[in-house]
Amino acid sequence: MRKNGVKMIKIKAKDVDVFYGKKQALFNISLDIEENQVTALIGPSGCGKSTFLRCLNRMNDVIDICSVKGEILINDFNINDKGCDVVRLREKIGMVFQKPNPFPKTLYENVSYGPTIHGIAQSKQEMDEIVETSLKKAALWEEVKDRLHEPGTGLSGGQQQRLCIARAISVRPEVILMDEPCSALDPIATAQIEELIDELKKEHTIIIVTHSMAQAARVSQNTGFFHLGQLIEHGSTDKIFKNPDNKKTQDYITGRFG
Amino acid sequence: MNKNKEQLLNKRYKAEQRFRLYGQSAIFMALLFLTIFIFKIFSTGYSAFQKTWLIVPVTFDAELMMLDENPTKQDIEDADYYEIALQSMWNLDPNANEDQQNQLKRMVSYFFEREIKQELLKDPNLLGKTKEVYLTASDDLDQVFKGNYPRDLPEDQRRVSDYQLKIFDQLVANGKVESKFNISFFTNADSREAELAGIASSFMGSIFSILVCLMIAFPVAVLAAIYLEEFAPKNRFTDFIEVNINNLAAVPSIVFGLLGLGILLAIFQLPRSTPLVGGITLSLMTLPTIIIAARASLKAVPPSIREAALAMGASRMQTTMHHTVPLSMPGTLSGTIIGLAQALGETAPLILIGMVAFVNTIPGSPMDPAASLPVQIYIWAESAERGFVEKVSACIMVLLGFLIIMNLFAQIIRHKFEKKWS
Repeated sequence: MRKNGVKMIKIKAKDVDVFYGKKQALFNISLDIEENQVTALIGPSGCGKSTFLRCLNRMNDVIDICSVKGEILINDFNINDKGCDVVRLREKIGMVFQKPNPFPKTLYENVSYGPTIHGIAQSKQEMDEIVETSLKKAALWEEVKDRLHEPGTGLSGGQQQRLCIARAISVRPEVILMDEPCSALDPIATAQIEELIDELKKEHTIIIVTHSMAQAARVSQNTGFFHLGQLIEHGSTDKIFKNPDNKKTQDYITGRFG
Repeated sequence: MNKNKEQLLNKRYKAEQRFRLYGQSAIFMALLFLTIFIFKIFSTGYSAFQKTWLIVPVTFDAELMMLDENPTKQDIEDADYYEIALQSMWNLDPNANEDQQNQLKRMVSYFFEREIKQELLKDPNLLGKTKEVYLTASDDLDQVFKGNYPRDLPEDQRRVSDYQLKIFDQLVANGKVESKFNISFFTNADSREAELAGIASSFMGSIFSILVCLMIAFPVAVLAAIYLEEFAPKNRFTDFIEVNINNLAAVPSIVFGLLGLGILLAIFQLPRSTPLVGGITLSLMTLPTIIIAARASLKAVPPSIREAALAMGASRMQTTMHHTVPLSMPGTLSGTIIGLAQALGETAPLILIGMVAFVNTIPGSPMDPAASLPVQIYIWAESAERGFVEKVSACIMVLLGFLIIMNLFAQIIRHKFEKKWS
């Protein structure tokens, strides 16, 4: 979103290096993410785009041998600082994974889990409201409102992914990270999710990793192209797809490799 | 060329058929052994659930019992029953000489006057009257009646004399011998007399040991498994611990028995022969089994669930306690039950810590001396009397039943939870 014509930067990555043990996976990534826009990260498999995405909510902490260097500023606060509280960070930055991974609990418990552990709702009534609005925003409410207390694992793949999105937005995160959210879904479910992404960007900043260039072109305003752990090029989606500066970007987009 | 191919194909089919045959015969062998084993146990053991009673007329003669007129309840309690008991047995053959009278007395169990006393306590009006009372037959006659005793042996090689057999056959002919369900096998503690011996002490001993074992092993093992799987860093030290847990699972159980003897009894001075010590010793044995099962089921929880929780901002602790552990519980529980079933069948360590002692009281708590079912089998199998042979098999049947129920329970737990969420 532009205020008075000035780009609002939500996330600023500066010289990010990531190592898995001795192997370096990301080299010197510097990337600005605009607020309330969809930023797509594209690139061939193993190029490090998911790794970069996971740096943004420090999910790489889970992997023992993984170490991250450099600065990632969110709202001008470096999340790689010692003082950064991961729990608070992840409350602000939601994530949706490649494979739908609802908890094997009821739909209601799935959506209310985040608000519960963060103490967002004060009463049962408030919680009901949060669950309802989250499911509505995820365009799932109409389909499931009569079976909120049935297991979330009983839904179809597309519904499960929307449930995961509802779960992610239940704590009103500022940023939502999506790691190939449609790769396990059929075209109709994919279209639904893409529509949803467009809707969600009004309130959230969205970063989406995708393998499908068509999807990147459809949903995103900005695109970053990764290759072999380097950020080759980034800019507005229009420019990257129509008139890239780099030859590699051109080759990848026209399908010459990848 | 074509012919060659056909031959090759035929060969492959034949190889497959042969392999099937090997597999089927292996299964057949296994089933055969199992059937023989179970048949042997059942055919030897089923008769232990029946007990032979002699129906003998008893005259409750107040004079012989040293009772005054209108005795109180306490008087009846304290009266002397031995004389009337003896008299009623002697009355079976009024012409018996002293030696034969002695033999008559040995046709019933050692404590036969107690059974007569019970009869009078039930109905004090019997005083001065005669009533036919059920008396437990001696273990040898019990075996004779069940057909387990070779009557054609020469008399000096038998524990039952010709005279006793003659009287017994008369009683049988008059319908004064009856076989009834052997309740005392389940309610009595062990006894030197086979006809009175029961499994109550060892059964309770086993239950107490298993409970102590469960209360110690389960929390320790589950906490260890959760820590190792979810929190511990993966480094050489944790690898070393893992290897040693697996080693511990392979340690022969008698070694744990020595440990219990050397540490629990010698150093901590815990009471000997008690389910408390037995349970602690067994818990050492069960610990690695449960840890391994719990770790395996924690590992089986898909990482995507952990990621989902972590990404929602759950702490590691919350992720573990809200999601991973509940999901792993069915596997952990069934592993625990299987570990306990193993402990239930364990004999060697219990022998070492003294649970092999002769215990003729039923334990009321884990601090009372007791035997356990497998040790009871061992004790009875060592006994010379014929009456104990069927008791061994019957005890095995009880133990097997116990184990089958536990394993069934483990299966049900696993099955039920799997159904719920997939």
